[in-house]
Amino acid sequence: MGEAAKTVIFEIERRDSTESETYFEKFELSYRANMNVISALMEIRRNPVNMEGKKTTPVNWDMNCLEEVCGACSMIINGKARQSCTALVDQLEQPIRLQPMKTFPVVRDLVVDRSRMFDSLKKVKAWVPIDGTHDLGEGPRMPERKRQWAYELSKCMTCGVCLEACPNVNDKSDFIGPAALSQVRLMNAHPTGSMNRDERLNAIMGEGGLASCGNSQNCVESCPKGIPLTTSIAALNRETTVQMFRNFFGSDHAV
Amino acid sequence: MDNREFLLRRLHSLLGVIPIGLFLVQHLFINHFATQGVEAFNAASHFMANLPFVIFLEIFVIYLPIMYHAFYGLYIAFTSKNNPGHYSYMRNMLFVAQRYTGVFLVVFIAWHVFETRFQVAIGAAEADFNMMANILDNPWMFAFYVVGVLAATFHFANGLWSFLVTWGITQSEKAQRYSTYFTLLVFLVLSIIGIRALLAFV
Repeated sequence: MGEAAKTVIFEIERRDSTESETYFEKFELSYRANMNVISALMEIRRNPVNMEGKKTTPVNWDMNCLEEVCGACSMIINGKARQSCTALVDQLEQPIRLQPMKTFPVVRDLVVDRSRMFDSLKKVKAWVPIDGTHDLGEGPRMPERKRQWAYELSKCMTCGVCLEACPNVNDKSDFIGPAALSQVRLMNAHPTGSMNRDERLNAIMGEGGLASCGNSQNCVESCPKGIPLTTSIAALNRETTVQMFRNFFGSDHAV
Repeated sequence: MDNREFLLRRLHSLLGVIPIGLFLVQHLFINHFATQGVEAFNAASHFMANLPFVIFLEIFVIYLPIMYHAFYGLYIAFTSKNNPGHYSYMRNMLFVAQRYTGVFLVVFIAWHVFETRFQVAIGAAEADFNMMANILDNPWMFAFYVVGVLAATFHFANGLWSFLVTWGITQSEKAQRYSTYFTLLVFLVLSIIGIRALLAFV
């Protein structure tokens, strides 16, 4: 065709370990059709030579499903947190700047440790307890339309994008973030899960819980699965308002 | 279960509307008498200043709530890490503006109370039309008061929106969108009332 070979330039924020200094390194790759950020990172791994022609260490990143359902490959791409598997090079402005989600401890390069999200799920009891010493039998039925609605909330993949986007999740606050809160709404909506709804509501009324939300609504704008996080938060606000009075005055309707 | 933070935060939200928000509305309404002339303003101001048990009204309806709201609000403002650059959605911009206006209002209200209420308390001045006319005669002070009034009406209107969310009154996306329109109207109406009063003094 006579055109100069098209290239793609990446600018990646790197560090060798959690404590070590960060630095930016640029890479220039030859363009391929339908490239995404992960395929570019794989290309860098195959041939770790930076833009100055120097051989360097391969860039570390996390990935798993490659179809935006596992949440492992989240990173900051041109300033916004999202999954790198669905970030298409054709739709990104160059140089494409990759950074780790620094709301979490950075393990190395683009790899972060999202343990705090899983700890939060434990803290808010985001499960349905069904174990007993004897057969508890069938649980109550869930209306089909409610199940369909709850399915949307169940799409959360604990990817961490909402925590990264939230201005109130930072090192000065212990806010657990929108993801775990929305899971409380999901578990409380479940007919069997709702048998422990007060325990979850009390858990999110504790330190770093629901009250730390400042309604910036970045979470709902950023969520890759389109989960109505702010609706969940507002609904939980209503339920905890009632729970607050129940706790204070006592109630015949503990659950 | 330690839910102190939850209760403090809810109290902060509640006090912002009741009584502080209501007091702000009443204050701006009384100010508006200035547009009907010196006599009308002085009569209204005199009526408010001579309410029975006025010192208790001031302490429990104004000073204590506003001090709690201000100090806990500063703590809230300085524990957020604002990110309007990359996440420039409307609600996030309003979130940032709520924090900036809040910090500014702490300064503005402290000055405003010192310049008007405190000077009256120590007998150095009398709260009437002339007092405000003298203050607003200075173009810098006039600008300071315009910004102060707009910051207050914005902070109240936007705070009313998040009050409705915080207490679980507006829940769905549609309810929150409609309450955005409503609180925008509150902001506009209160701003017009407030600015008209300021203009009446110059």
